[in-house]
Amino acid sequence: MGDVRAMSLIAGVLVLLGAATAVVQILRRREDPSLNPAILETFRLRVHSWWLLFAILAAACLLGKTVTIILFGGLAFWALREFITLTPTRPGDHNALFWVFFIFPLFQFVFVWINRYELFSIAIPVYAFLFIPARIAMAGDHKRFLERTAKIQAGLLICVYCLSYAPALLSLRAESTTAFSSAGLLLFFVLMVQLSDALQYAWAQMPSRHVIVPAISPGRTWEGLLGGTASVTLIGAALWWATPFNFLGAAMMSAVISLMAFAGGLTMSAIKRDRGVKDYGTLVEGHGGVLDRIDSLCFAAPVFYHFTRWILLSNNDFCEWLRVATSI
Amino acid sequence: METTITINVLALIARFLSGASIRWVDCQPDTCQRVYFANHTSHLDALVLWSALPAAVRARTRPVGAKDYWSAGRIRRYFSTKVFNALLIDRKEIKVHQSPVDLMIREIGYQDSLIVFPEGGRSSGREIGEFKSGLYYLCKKRPDLELIPVHIDNMNRILPRGQVLPVPMLSCITFGPPLWLEADELKADFLRRAREAVIRLKER
Repeated sequence: MGDVRAMSLIAGVLVLLGAATAVVQILRRREDPSLNPAILETFRLRVHSWWLLFAILAAACLLGKTVTIILFGGLAFWALREFITLTPTRPGDHNALFWVFFIFPLFQFVFVWINRYELFSIAIPVYAFLFIPARIAMAGDHKRFLERTAKIQAGLLICVYCLSYAPALLSLRAESTTAFSSAGLLLFFVLMVQLSDALQYAWAQMPSRHVIVPAISPGRTWEGLLGGTASVTLIGAALWWATPFNFLGAAMMSAVISLMAFAGGLTMSAIKRDRGVKDYGTLVEGHGGVLDRIDSLCFAAPVFYHFTRWILLSNNDFCEWLRVATSI
Repeated sequence: METTITINVLALIARFLSGASIRWVDCQPDTCQRVYFANHTSHLDALVLWSALPAAVRARTRPVGAKDYWSAGRIRRYFSTKVFNALLIDRKEIKVHQSPVDLMIREIGYQDSLIVFPEGGRSSGREIGEFKSGLYYLCKKRPDLELIPVHIDNMNRILPRGQVLPVPMLSCITFGPPLWLEADELKADFLRRAREAVIRLKER
């Protein structure tokens, strides 16, 4: 019966994407001169890759936890490729990079798969964090040592560690006393992140523009952030039935997701600015790279996971109060 | 030779592992007879460049490699003989009447294309080395061959010199506009022009 909720969510997304595709087709037919063709083309390509993302995600959710973890593992691996490709490394980093690409991501996602929170929550921040500088030091190249180490650690943390919290959401129900749909929780999360990106962008098109950080991201305005977060909060609250939260809890979680999605996009823009590129890759048309699409997902996943975990699992007075206040 | 399906699957795997984005700048893929010449920084260069070509072109294109490297070990031998149909040059015994250029011309006939790395060996990756003269003599004997400059970016980080394990970073392969040997162009001028064509692609 929980899966009925996940299915309704998928159906809702299908309707939404269908409507977006129809709008694109109608606007293209009409050839309205007042419409900027570049914006329409960007929108069309975005809709295309949303279709792709949700097709993969829905298929994975219906096929189960293992498939979903493999999918997110693949995304993390590709994002890490893009991140490290744009990061200057030296030949001395080669062996450490081999571990970063093949050993740590593998362990991380296996730990998520067997749902050992005490392992996947510390494997990278503690063990990989200490291993990487030691391995680079072994190679004997000390030039810009701390800088190189920090960049490789950041790549592993953002692309692999943070993202792995998204499929970890599927395991929360097993420990919780509350009954809810795991697939529904993950879909709700990804949907809210994608909506945050889209609605913040849409609100930023308003005539009045107060750019937040002109030097890093001229497209992000206070209007976009506040308007986007407000709309995402409302939509999230309206979808409370697909989550373990009540109306208030779903609204609060959606606001948190929207703020984290903003932080993720802004942070990755700063890194891209520093490296002098616009996008991380060319895999999905119109979307830049994989990392350009999932930056907000990476930032929102660990925060959403831990908030949900506190509410559902922790037992102290504050969490008890939070649970009563926010969950079904 | 392996079957076409096996070869296409291998090419697909190579393309995925190298994460190569492929750009054709002022140039289109074509099965006409060509010489692809590229910078050389990694043992994987020939494999990656070969896999970047469309299947129909790939079937008619043979990488030129050093015999001592490509016939050592089972995997390399499998790739050079069964997959690439590579043209192997014996670096140790270059004879006057059996020069590598003559061998290339004889082997390709009027159908096959070649992949060559005119630097002669692998460079550090930061700078493209001076070109060896083989490219010039090849064109001198066959001035009708279309020369396609190719720049392979980032392969030196994926598998640098002296490393065994590759690290799967992304690479970029850029094909540039064709050039030919001019009627009375000097060897040094031609080799410089060819080298600059590759360097120019690096900046695009």
